[in-house]
Amino acid sequence: MKLKKNVAVSESGLLFNPVTGESFSVNPIGVEILNLLREENTDEQIYSSILAKYSTDKSTFEKDYEDFIGILTHNNLLEKHEETNA
Amino acid sequence: MKKQTLNIAVTALNAIDSPGPGVSVIRALKEAASFDTRIIGLSYESLEPGIYMHDLVDRTYSIPYPSAGIDSLFERLLYIHEKEKLDVIIPNFDAELYPFIKLEHKLKTMGIHMFLPTLHQFEERHKVNLNDFGKKYGISVPKSKVIYDLNTVHSLPSEFSFPMIVKGKFYDASIAYSIEQVKSYFNKISAKWGLPIIIQEFIHGTEFNVTGLGDGTGKTIAAVPMRKQYITDKGKAWGGISISDEKMLDMTRKFLRTTKWRGGFELELMKNKDGELYLLEINPRLPAWIYLAVGVGQNIPEALVNLALGKKVVPFKDYTVGKMFVRYSWDMIVDREEFEQISMYGEL
Repeated sequence: MKLKKNVAVSESGLLFNPVTGESFSVNPIGVEILNLLREENTDEQIYSSILAKYSTDKSTFEKDYEDFIGILTHNNLLEKHEETNA
Repeated sequence: MKKQTLNIAVTALNAIDSPGPGVSVIRALKEAASFDTRIIGLSYESLEPGIYMHDLVDRTYSIPYPSAGIDSLFERLLYIHEKEKLDVIIPNFDAELYPFIKLEHKLKTMGIHMFLPTLHQFEERHKVNLNDFGKKYGISVPKSKVIYDLNTVHSLPSEFSFPMIVKGKFYDASIAYSIEQVKSYFNKISAKWGLPIIIQEFIHGTEFNVTGLGDGTGKTIAAVPMRKQYITDKGKAWGGISISDEKMLDMTRKFLRTTKWRGGFELELMKNKDGELYLLEINPRLPAWIYLAVGVGQNIPEALVNLALGKKVVPFKDYTVGKMFVRYSWDMIVDREEFEQISMYGEL
């Protein structure tokens, strides 16, 4: 999954969906994850990146990450990676 | 080069909790790049705040209510025109549009220009006719029924599920969760706005609005969609944000192309959870939040004036997304003599 291109994320953690006009706020780790999603990292790459930086275990982070992805999906902020056959 | 100064008359100076568009329209005109303005306010009530906003309104005249008839309005406009040499009138109330549309040709021969929907467009988009309008132009609208008699209310549950919307022919809408509530709203709204009452299917979703301008040939001159962010208990937007939704813009362009709409408008839209758009209402005039359109780069009132004067207007191509308006209330201190002047002499 990746963050929709038109969704704006400010440094302070304010998300704005220009299609619906909705705004959301996320904490600094949320911003980091959103930026990793925007860069089209895989889930595993995101796990590695966060676990290398913060003292938490993988299962705790996986659960929180899935919850976060669930909220982003529910609010229509994500889209699937384009499949490439090349 | 010195710009031309136009004498523009504007109605709906009631910048109150259910605001008329007049003051916002005037602010837009004051920022017009293509002309300067002298603003003549046209008021119905002595306490319309715009009357006392002397930095925006140069002079105000009271005009008769639409119920007084077209001749009374014409006579009064004739008097005002003699004094002020009006170039353009922008009426901003639904209820006054009928007499102004009827007078458009006559006023034009006197040098007073307007840019209003045709009588056919005005009638066709009426909420009483919304079902037929949707069918004719292939636009999704909620199911609705026009009722004239309180006794017919009992048959509604066989056609509509609760909740349902009870609407007045010009203004007011309430959500009814039982037959008793439908009856109560029927009485309340019909006492204020008359019959008929419109019963409309309730669409669950998020409300959006689009304002814009059609040139009368099917071309879109301007279109700006907005999501209401703060809604008062009267359902009025007290804060909103410009958005970029292609579906909404497509529906707007389709509306203008198929109806060849002439003039300003506001579409009230509902988007359900599946992303389907429904057209709830077409307001045949500019909305009270029109100044947001100016703030995002489309001065719609200025373009409307230029169209009224027969000038060529280049359609707006884009606007800033994510710009907000936040409305506020403001107490003015007014001398009693000013109130007396407008109340007793109808001029200020």
